[in-house]
Amino acid sequence: MVVGNETVPTTERLQSDAYTRPSRLRTILIGNRFQTGLVRLLVIYVVLIFSAFLFLLPFYWMVNTALKPSNQVFTLPPTWIPKPVMWSNFLTAFTIQYETDPPVYNYALNTLIVTVNGVVSTIFSSALVAYAFARLEFPGKNVIFLGILSTLMIPFAVVMVPQFIIWRYLNWLDTLWPLMIPHWFGSAWNIFLLRQFFMTIPREYDEAAYLDGASRWHIFIRIILPLSKPALAAVAVFAFVFFWNDFLGPLIILSTPENFTLTLFLANFSVAYRGTPWHLYMAAALIIILPCLVLFFFSQNAFLKGITVSDLKG
Amino acid sequence: MTTTGLTPHSNFWQSRRVRDAIVAYAFILPWVIGFILFVGGPIVASFVLSFFRWKMIAPPKFFGLTHYINMVTTDELFRISIWVTFKFVIISVPVSQVLALGLALLLNQRIRGLGFWRSAFYLPAVVSGVAGSVIWVWMYHVELGIVNNGLALMGLEGRNWLYDRELVLGSLIVKSLWNIGIPMVIYLAALQGMPQQLYEAADIDGSGEVSKFFAITLPMLSPAIFFNVVMGIIASVQTFAEPYVMTGGGPDNATLFLGLHLYQNAFHYLKMGYASAMAWIMFLLIFGLTVFQFGLAGRWVYYEGGAR
Repeated sequence: MVVGNETVPTTERLQSDAYTRPSRLRTILIGNRFQTGLVRLLVIYVVLIFSAFLFLLPFYWMVNTALKPSNQVFTLPPTWIPKPVMWSNFLTAFTIQYETDPPVYNYALNTLIVTVNGVVSTIFSSALVAYAFARLEFPGKNVIFLGILSTLMIPFAVVMVPQFIIWRYLNWLDTLWPLMIPHWFGSAWNIFLLRQFFMTIPREYDEAAYLDGASRWHIFIRIILPLSKPALAAVAVFAFVFFWNDFLGPLIILSTPENFTLTLFLANFSVAYRGTPWHLYMAAALIIILPCLVLFFFSQNAFLKGITVSDLKG
Repeated sequence: MTTTGLTPHSNFWQSRRVRDAIVAYAFILPWVIGFILFVGGPIVASFVLSFFRWKMIAPPKFFGLTHYINMVTTDELFRISIWVTFKFVIISVPVSQVLALGLALLLNQRIRGLGFWRSAFYLPAVVSGVAGSVIWVWMYHVELGIVNNGLALMGLEGRNWLYDRELVLGSLIVKSLWNIGIPMVIYLAALQGMPQQLYEAADIDGSGEVSKFFAITLPMLSPAIFFNVVMGIIASVQTFAEPYVMTGGGPDNATLFLGLHLYQNAFHYLKMGYASAMAWIMFLLIFGLTVFQFGLAGRWVYYEGGAR
């Protein structure tokens, strides 16, 4: 413990020795950087279990209610486990029809159309633009790229009114077109994400194909896109969740129930049913979130990659 | 014939640089067209429209700055909506970040079943604003909701979470804390990418857990914190589905968010000019808060290996 000519005071030396050679008991309870101590482990798991309980509680409450027979919804104290389990609630929620409103699968179909279009258009157009920024040199490149990123700050509210007016003049209000067409022009966040990914693909692949006479278009379609499947999957799952859940867009565009998407249906549920049969309401909510939950479970890696692929230091 | 390829003109067009630039412009053309039609054009239109009075029936009438003056003088609801939005952002964003970081630190310990815990905390992020809001309306239900029934089990008295003007904004903030999956995963990734040598060096120096957190973890995480705070602000200033579904802006306008007030003016009262003026205020709010964050960033965000 001699640093140069200075001697470290005795008390400090003892403390530091005590830290670097802790007692066995201390290691077992508190742990060190190679193993986690028992006390620490206990605290970690207690907090984890408590937090997970709180985060999953809304899901439990939704599923619990969705599976109840209607008379149990209003009993106090609430039934914590539905008995009998009413699987038929899902069928009822999915097929029930109030007066002239269309059945739920009609909304599901509209949502599916908008979502599939959204996923395909977002992937294709964003990848195209991202490729130019990742691989090609052109005047104004950096300025345009900053311009794309700065559009992230623009709230939808600012463009909402003029867009609405455009659709009105085109006579496309209350159709699905306004919810489909604007997404064929690249989305800022996905352009950024895909550019980051494309830049990790070795340029040698491009160069080899280029020398063989392949056009940039061919390189993009035949080399870059197939090599980018993980990033494209990430964009796809996020786009799916976004379009499936979109609310404000459909809300301002669609006005007749035949054209509604699922989120509009859900938001109008109490109105449409003249009151709230909570068991059916929750069953409908569950059906609506189910595709996103299933997608999440089957593509967790794509989700996580999509969130973290962007270089935060950039 | 053989000399044509050597003329300066065709050399220029055939050079790889020029051809690449032309191809590049073709590739970004979709974005440029989309920007002009759906972003840039509408922004300009919205700005111009904010100086006009237009209810979509009679032709627009020039109104000067009247809309902007009305906001601060006569429209009591606008002042309320700014205040509601501001309170929400100023509480929801920091608390969300602390919670997300806390959970990420927990998941970064040596634990079993990381995938399960991570999914549990992330799952609410894939539930839509509307479906999530509907679930929380049912959670908060005064008689039948699980919140009040859970409190009753613990011998506590329930409250009317969505109809009490003192509580309702807090109830919406709690709901917003349920959706911290994305910042949490970003923090977790940043923690996992942290260079271990720093901690080893600190161990040799005999630093405690707390000092290691403040001296190493927090500075190394600062770019992620900065990113999440900026994105959090941009999203929460625009909060719409939650108040629309859960409260309709009430009770007594206690949850009249700026987005909701704007939507009602535009699409219920068809005050397109006034709504555009409000949209510009919303944009300035986001822009101001973001620029403010970038200004502060120089003081606390640490970029490894890079002088700012």
